[in-house]
This record gives sequence, C-alpha cells and structure tokens, in this order.
Amino acid sequence: MQIDLRTVSIQPLRNTFDHLVRRFGDKPASRYQEGSYDIQAAENLHYRPTWDPEQELYDTGITRIVMQDWYALKDPRQFYYSTYTLTRARQQDSAEASFAFVESRGLAEALSDELRRTALDLLVPLRHAAWGANQNNTFICGYGYGTAFTQPCIYQAMDNLGIAQYLSRLGLLLGGTEALEAGKAAWTSGDAWQPLRRYVEDCLVLRDPFELFVAQNVALDGLLYPLVYEALVDDHLAGRGGSAVAMLTQFMSDWFAETGKWVDAVLKVAAAESEHNRAQLQTWIGAWSERAAAALLPVVGQVPGAEADELVGERVAAFKARLEKTGIAL
Amino acid sequence: MDMKSANRKLSLKDKYRLFTRDLGWEPSYRTREEIFPYVQYEGIKVHDWDKWEDPFRLTMDAYWKYQAEKERKFYAIIDAHAQNNGHLHITDARYLSALKIFLQAISPGEFCAHKGFARVGREFPGVGTQVACQMQAIDEIRHAQTQIHALSNYNRFYNGFHAFAEQRDRIWYTSVARSFFDDAMSAGPFEFMIAIGFSFEYVLTNLLFVPFMSGAAYNGDMATVTFGFSAQSDEARHMTLGLECIKFMLEQDPDNLPIVQRWIDKWFWRGFRVLGLVSTMMDYMLPKRVMSWREAWNIYGVENGGALFKDLARYGIRPPKGWNDAEEAVDHMSHQLMLGLYQWSFGTAFHAWIPSDEDMDWLAKKYPETFDRYYRPRWMHIRKLAAAGTPFKNYGLAKLCQCCQLPVVFTEPGDPTLSCHRERVHQGEKYHFCSDHCQALFENEPEKYVQAWLPMPQLFQDLQGDLTAWMDWVFLRDGEDNGDYADSLDRRNFEAWRAMATSNQ
Amino acid sequence: MSTVFIALQANEETRPIIEAIASDNPLALVHREPAMVKIDAPNRLVIRKESIEERIGRRYDLQELQINLITLSGNVDEDDDSLTLTWND
Repeated sequence: MQIDLRTVSIQPLRNTFDHLVRRFGDKPASRYQEGSYDIQAAENLHYRPTWDPEQELYDTGITRIVMQDWYALKDPRQFYYSTYTLTRARQQDSAEASFAFVESRGLAEALSDELRRTALDLLVPLRHAAWGANQNNTFICGYGYGTAFTQPCIYQAMDNLGIAQYLSRLGLLLGGTEALEAGKAAWTSGDAWQPLRRYVEDCLVLRDPFELFVAQNVALDGLLYPLVYEALVDDHLAGRGGSAVAMLTQFMSDWFAETGKWVDAVLKVAAAESEHNRAQLQTWIGAWSERAAAALLPVVGQVPGAEADELVGERVAAFKARLEKTGIAL
Repeated sequence: MDMKSANRKLSLKDKYRLFTRDLGWEPSYRTREEIFPYVQYEGIKVHDWDKWEDPFRLTMDAYWKYQAEKERKFYAIIDAHAQNNGHLHITDARYLSALKIFLQAISPGEFCAHKGFARVGREFPGVGTQVACQMQAIDEIRHAQTQIHALSNYNRFYNGFHAFAEQRDRIWYTSVARSFFDDAMSAGPFEFMIAIGFSFEYVLTNLLFVPFMSGAAYNGDMATVTFGFSAQSDEARHMTLGLECIKFMLEQDPDNLPIVQRWIDKWFWRGFRVLGLVSTMMDYMLPKRVMSWREAWNIYGVENGGALFKDLARYGIRPPKGWNDAEEAVDHMSHQLMLGLYQWSFGTAFHAWIPSDEDMDWLAKKYPETFDRYYRPRWMHIRKLAAAGTPFKNYGLAKLCQCCQLPVVFTEPGDPTLSCHRERVHQGEKYHFCSDHCQALFENEPEKYVQAWLPMPQLFQDLQGDLTAWMDWVFLRDGEDNGDYADSLDRRNFEAWRAMATSNQ
Repeated sequence: MSTVFIALQANEETRPIIEAIASDNPLALVHREPAMVKIDAPNRLVIRKESIEERIGRRYDLQELQINLITLSGNVDEDDDSLTLTWND
C-alpha cells in the first residue's frame, strides 16, 4: 500500500517514554538517552546470585563509591552502540591505511635495527597489559551499576582488545612471530616488566568496580599512554627516525585523548557527589598512581637514551594537573 | 582490509590464536583461584582451556567494520520509517500488541544477556572463551538499543509502549521473562552459558526471532523486520558459541555430563514456558499470519532441535526431559494463554481481542485436533458474553507458578479438559506450580525459587488489593493501555489516521 | 539424516552467494521466503569463497557473510577458504 506522505500530518500522542520524561522533561529524547537511561532492572529482582549470595544481581553496595543516581555518570561522548561502532570503524579505516602505507613503502625495513629492537621491546609486551585492561573493563561493565556508567566500559574493553591486536600486528610486521614470543617472555619474566605485570595481576583480583575503574582507566592508563605513546613513541622514537612506528600507534594516541574525556567526566561527577566520594577517590588514585608510576619506570628505563626519571616525573606532574581539574587534588 | 595482510604466511586460525589466546599468560603474583573465583563451585571440570574451539574468528578490526555496516543500514531504515509515517503501513493496530510485549518483556532480556555475558566474559579462565563472550556482551546491548530505537516511534503514536522500563520491573506478565534471565544471571558461569548461550540462543532463539520477523514482514512493519534481521545476524555467532561451549564442557570430563544434562532439562523447560508468550503472538496477534506456532515448532523445534540432540548423543546427551510434554503442549498453549490474556486484559499494557470467524477458521485449520474441539467453544461463549454487554473479565487474580511465573492456565498432559496445578509445602509455606516440570525445578533448587518475586502476592501485600493503586504503580493507564482492542484508542487513532492517509478528507 | 541450514537476508548482496551455495551443494534446497532465503541440506553444507568470488568478480572475505546472515544450524567450521556446516549422524 502506498501512502502519500504529504496528505498526512498526525499529531503524536507523546514525545518519549515515561522514564525519560521524568528525567529530562517532556520533549523528544536522544538515542543516547533512549538506549542508556534506566534500561537496567532496578527493583523486584528475583534471586540472589549463587556465586555470591551476599550480593544483589545489580548491587550498588559492592563499591565504596556512593551515588544517589548512578545515571549521573554520563558519557560526554554520548556513545551508544551505533555511534561507538561507527567511530571505531572510521578509525580502523585510517589505522588500516597506516599499516598499508608502512608495508607498501617498506618503511618497516627502513628502520634501523636498534630502533626496531627498541620499538619491539617497548611495545610488544604491552599487548598483554592491554589484555589485562580488557578483562578489567569487562569486569566493570559486568558488575558496575547503571548503564550510563557500565556501557562505556564494554566499549573500552573491546578497544583494549583492539589495541592488543594492533600491538600484535605491529609485532608481526616488525619482527614476525618470534617478536611476539620474545615479548611474552619479557612480560612473564623480564625484570623491566615485572612491576607492571604485578600491578595488572593485582587489578585482576579487585572486586570493587569503581576502584578497578580508578586503578585501570585512571591511574595506569593515565600514565602509561602519555609515557609510552606520547613521550617515547611520538617524541623519542620519531625524533630518531622512527616515525613509521608512530604511524602504527596513532590509534592509541587518538584513543587515549578521546577516552580520557570520558574518564575525567566520570571522576568529576563522582567526586562532586560527596566529600566521602572525593576522599575515597583521592586515596585510591594516590595509591594506584604511585604504584603505576613506579611500575612504569623500568619500562621507560629500558629505552636507550630515554631519561626515565625525568620523563616519568613530567608525566606524573601532568597527571596531577589533569586530576586537579576533576576536583581531586593529589 | 584486516590483520590478514600483516603476515601472509599465517592461516586464519593461527592469526586468530595470536590475536586472542596468545594474549593471556599464566599469573604468578596472584593465583588463578583469586583471579577466577567463580569457576569451580558448579562442579564443572575443565582440564585444558586451550582445547576451546573458536567458532567465528572475528578480530576487532573486522568486528568494527562489519558491525558498522549493519548499523548504517539499520538506522537509515529506522529514520525513513519515522519520517514516512511507517507506522501506518502495518496491517492494523492489533499487530502492535506483539511489539508491546516484545519491548516490555524481551528487550530487557537482551540487556540481561549483555550484563551476563560481560560477567562470564570476565569469569571464564580461557582467553578464547572470554573474547567470544565479550563480543556477545557488546552485541546484546546493541540488540536492546536497536529494539528500543526501532519501537520508539511507535511509542509516539500508540499506547502501551510508554512505560516499558517501569513495567519491566513491576507488571505481572513481564516477570515471566525477567525471572528467566534473573535465574540465569544468578547461576554460575557455566550454567549461564547453558541457559542463555545454549538453550536460549541455540534451541529457542530461532523460534522467537525468525517467525517474529517474518510476521513483521507480512504485516508491513519495516522497523521490526530491520531490527530483527540485524540482531539475528549476530545471533548466528551467538548460537555457534553456545554449541561450542556445550561441546567443550562435555569433552573436558565425563563427570560434566550429568550436570550439563540437568541444566539442559531445566533450561529447555524454562525457555519453553517463556516462549508461551511468543506462541500467542504467532497464533493470535498477527493480523496477517505467517505460520502457526505449531508449524514453527515443527521446523525449529522438532526438526532442528532433533538434529542437534542427535548430534549431541555421541556425548551421552539425551533430549531434554520436558521434550515430549512440550510436543503435546504445542497444540494447546497459545489458545490457553490467549484466553488467559483476554480475561486479564484489564491488567495488561497491550490489547487482547476475541478472534473473528476468519481467525478461528485459520486456527481450526492449523490445529485440526484441538481448536474446534476445545477452544472455539470457549471463544464463542466469550463472544456471546461480549455481545450481551457483559464481557468476560476475570478480576480474580491469576495464580502464578512459583517457577516460570506464568498464570496456572495449562492442562494436564494427556487430558486437555483438566486444569493442571501442583502444590507443595516447603518449610511451612505453600508453593504453586503449573506443571510437574516446574515443580521439579523448584525441588532441585528450593533455596533459589523461594526468593522469586511474585507480582500477584505483591499486589496484596503492599497495595491491599487496590486495583487502581496497582495500575498507578505499574504505570498502566486504565482505558488507554489495557482492555479489548475493539474499543481501544489505538484502534480509533489508527483507523482515523489511515483514513486521512488514504483519502482526501 | 539431519538437516543443516543457513538463512540469509534476501538482497542484492546475497544473490550471488545463494547461487554459489546452490551450485556447490547439489543436494541443497533453496526456500525463498519474504525477505529471507533459507537453504537446507542433508547433514552437510559448504560455502566456498572461490565460488562466490567467481560470481562477484572481486575478492571476498567469508566473514562478510556476517552482514546478511540470519541464522544457521549445524557445527560450524570456518577456515580461509570455506565455511562448513555439519551434523554428525
């Protein structure tokens, strides 16, 4: 049946769903709002988990952070599945182009042995750290409360996996499967990597989703990405003829800049909620970032010519300044 | 286009191994027991997680690329549907009841699956298994969102959609689906996989989605066809994950067989009961019907399920315990449940109606053994009451099954004239069941099922049986969302708008 | 004998894929339903990359199937060149 659209002007009965009217007023809702707010069951849950009968199926009590409304932790990017996927698909296109460019121009072969060695030693073991990050964000998504807070974590987890796969690909391109084996050996038993591996394994046993958010997304990523990708790859290596490597890690730099906005927004709202939250966040961030800085020091130190103490010191200072803007003084 | 070009010597399988399971390592600063605390208590023995076979080998680059393509297509159609008054293209507004039930009861289930898969995607110790579960976790939030987005435009023009979030937690019939998902999520990781990954995705999802979206296509609902197809394209991956998972458990240790079999028995029956709602959609709610519930069951239950269980027989698995009773119930369930929905339609956020002569003739043809004999006479009686101005309404509240949470409306196996009802006293409290199977599930896990939140008793406990207060509490607008389609606002509006659209008035 | 099947959306992208499947699996039955094509086969169905490429005249990655796939039944084995569905009898 054909309907001539011009003849029909129908007055809708309502603008949007009741729960969104209560939150945002009686007006059409965005797709982010429709796909995020109140879509997790909130009451009359049927059974307690057999894996931990102390908990509810969705339980605000498993973290020390207290929010009156967990949906206040809005994602400033307003990512729902579609916008997330389209954004990453575009980035993947350009990452693909960079890999193709480096391969087709033989830029990998053009790297000096020393630079290639340095890049492999620094970056390939990080695929395991990214895998740890993936598990941590999957955990936060699974056990955190409220879709506004948890939905970005599954996106973050899949990004962490994507990053682990880009690093694997970089390793294969610069050093073949042997490079991946060597990277794994360094990760599991090389001295420079043990503090970081210990940090990651300690995160894997945290069961407070918000503390894990702090340990992984705030403290570790907040120092690792600026140190490794900005200070070492984009500045140090690129300055020594390694810009091909920087092309291959462009995704990580862009990703950190983007996701950092979300992380900051979450911290800012959670800290502003109460003195209790602010103090808790301060304690957690202080402790975890101190450990993260110490764990990253030997990783930076293994890069020939890098002034590890100085670089880490600079980035720690920048990290503190960043945190200050979210209302958390370290 | 993907990571393939990185190293041409490697096969797809080898590359995938490097890009997933090779990322894991044996922890030494923490024990595996500390990192994966929930993987032991169900009694499933796994000796070697590396024996896990990855069904589809999607790396993130390919995932983003293909999913983005699906998303572009989906939202282009949804936008066009909204811009072109696509809601006026449906056969008639009775059809919307099926969508309302879907949004209130099934879409929240997608969200539960999202959370549940995120949890097991973290709790399983094998990287291959974790990645597959994580991809399903992100897919499932996609499904919840695309469904809400597709149905959002209907909400602007029709009643019954507006309070799906509140009704998910409060109205009586949605607790059938939510108790199912809560049951799965409160189970351990392995049982969750059998519940959702295997029983729901593999055995039952085809019965939900394929007839449902064909029904949407037959009834001119472009929005639903689109979300259905788009979701289903992920479902093929999910089904395969469920099947791989069960094979993995069975291959790892012979001691796993009795545990897995018990879960298959449980989750088949739980799922079958949830599908009772789908049977009414297929047989009654589609103005233009695709196939009967019985015909869908023959294709996707008997034929496909049969092939599956024949395949699994090599591990010692037998078809689920409730299989034969299910087979018999298929000829009755949609009629019994729809008669129930009609008499309680004052308490549903969708409309029910008395089938027309033409509808009944179709049902008689599809159910030659049962419809004319048992159900037409009841509908004729109900029609007579409605004509006399005394429509049949049952203001007595439905007695709900403690396990599946459906009203106890089904009949005894072997005797469709005798109402089936079971009772059992457990620690001084009386519990009711719709069937032997639901009672058996309770007896296996009484400590779980005594916790069930039952919406009907709730009405008495908190609201002293005050129906108006209950309607407010469940966000049900009396006279708008509920009742007989025949005199509903949805019908009046749809007919008026359609007349505007097809004439020059 | 058990039936394996695959169902694809009915559109321009899947037309050559369905043709390829039908020609590679002489025992397959193609059911054309509204908006969907379901292909049944006894025990085994194979989808070959090469046969699809012959029909579309470009490189084809079997993972592209994901976009238009509706459902399938059978044990899945996927490698670089083919995707096979089987039931053991």
